[in-house]
Amino acid sequence: MTLSKIWVYAQADEGKVSTLTLELLTKARDLADTVEAVYAGTDADAVAAQLGEHGATTVHTTGDLGGALEGVPVASAIAAAVEAGNGPDAVLLGTSYDGRDVAGRLSVKLDVPVITNVVDLELDGDRLVGTEPIFGGTTNVKTKSTQDGVQIFLVRPKSFAAEPNGGGAATVAELSVPDTGATGAARVTNRYVEEASGPKLDEAAIVVAGGRGLGESEKYEMIEALAKLVKAAPGASRAIVDAGWVPYSYQIGQTGKVVKPTVYIAAGISGATQHMVGMKGSKNIIAINKDPEAPIFGIADLGIVGDVHKVLPKLIEALESR
Amino acid sequence: MNVVVCVKQIPDPADPGSLDPSTKTLKRDGKLILDESDSYGVEMALQLVTNAGGGEVTLVSMAPNSETSGLRTALAMGAASATLVSDPALQGTDALGTAKVLAAVIKDANPDLVLAATESSDGYTGTVPEQLAELLGRPSVTFAKTIEIDGETVKVQRQTDGGYDDVECPLPAVVSVTAGVVEPRYPSFKGIMAAKSKPVEEKTVADLGLDASAIGWDGARQDIVDIAAAPEREAGEIIEDDGEGHAKIVEYLDSLKVL
Repeated sequence: MTLSKIWVYAQADEGKVSTLTLELLTKARDLADTVEAVYAGTDADAVAAQLGEHGATTVHTTGDLGGALEGVPVASAIAAAVEAGNGPDAVLLGTSYDGRDVAGRLSVKLDVPVITNVVDLELDGDRLVGTEPIFGGTTNVKTKSTQDGVQIFLVRPKSFAAEPNGGGAATVAELSVPDTGATGAARVTNRYVEEASGPKLDEAAIVVAGGRGLGESEKYEMIEALAKLVKAAPGASRAIVDAGWVPYSYQIGQTGKVVKPTVYIAAGISGATQHMVGMKGSKNIIAINKDPEAPIFGIADLGIVGDVHKVLPKLIEALESR
Repeated sequence: MNVVVCVKQIPDPADPGSLDPSTKTLKRDGKLILDESDSYGVEMALQLVTNAGGGEVTLVSMAPNSETSGLRTALAMGAASATLVSDPALQGTDALGTAKVLAAVIKDANPDLVLAATESSDGYTGTVPEQLAELLGRPSVTFAKTIEIDGETVKVQRQTDGGYDDVECPLPAVVSVTAGVVEPRYPSFKGIMAAKSKPVEEKTVADLGLDASAIGWDGARQDIVDIAAAPEREAGEIIEDDGEGHAKIVEYLDSLKVL
């Protein structure tokens, strides 16, 4: 048995649908007869082909939100559709900034639970069961909502592979946004993009990440140098982001980005559970740390027990001379 | 300028957690501490009130027992008072139920601003601030890295994937604060002593006029159908650096053909 209809909250940047959205659409095809997208950008026509290619037959669009943060208007629009009897059986949202906002607002509007941090989904009759890792990924819990009505799931990035199914462009349909009053009053007035060179952290084939073991902020240059040499994206543990050495956008882990590269190089990272959640899906893990007891060695394919200040400069030199 | 900060008291993250097999909830028998993620909101609230030249920072928290040690830490930093909703019936409460409890307390206080962490360090659902805002009927901005009050407006730099957005939002509002964006002050000796006598009001679910079916396991309306150990990742070759560790890495990268 499959569900009749799933809605996927779709996000795009400059006309390119996010990989996370495509991952959710791909999985939703296994779970429901009809998969549709909900989208708040002004360019639904431009993204309809990508959404359709991954299984969405319709894209419900709110149109221009006038700079409003998406949480309130999108949740209001979905709730109104549900109340009018035109809603889905389940809504899947990616664990993104706006995805969490929409899920939180929607759960209150419909008075239904949200199942969060989901890394897998399966059917159990008319219920979806979500798998959530806890305790840094050492334990998996499977949870389903027992409440009648819409089931809401927040799904972590890279839980599923995005695969097109050759569908035609999704039909664009208008989704009207009710008056949100004061609750929808937050407005974006300016956007700033921090320039990052090289591959994107969550798409790179190789990631080089640094942690507290680097000792001081200047030593992060070694991570950047190594990353440049092997065409990797530089990343960081929460400890050094909190310490202000690198911007938040570098953070890998539970609160940062989830990465699954071919090679993950962890330098001076002990492997706090909060970090491991974000990188333990990497294909090959290389760890350099001076503490032989560091938890990172428990999941490393190659572990070097040593001082990053000695190993990294030699590694950089060896790669430069090739 | 009155600010309410939502804080959570959690088991020390340094001790590995475990689930109580009979209740399927997190064991909370040890001492609870202030979630580090919440210390940033407390610090920001104290700074905002100081800059506004008046007002109070108060705390709201929820726990199945009467634990206050984490609240005392935040009071020692400078918060004026706290409300702790403490009730055995709260065991099993999910994010939505938590938001309902916090909203019931905050409604009465009616502050200019409510601050919360973006997510707790133990449960990390990350939905409570937005659920709370919806229950209070207030606008919200999540993932704030800076907060500035300008008259009746709160101006926030909101974290995005590639950088940040400037967001403006009318007060009263709910804002969630990203970890690590300010340096939380260490409680002074004087602060620690003063915190011992600051008021912590304990309330039960019944005191808040909340329906018992909205909280606890019943309110969560979720079934945990399975708990299992995740497949373990095997450790590979671990070697001591003898000065040639880097060569081993190059060799390994070569074997993967990624260079």
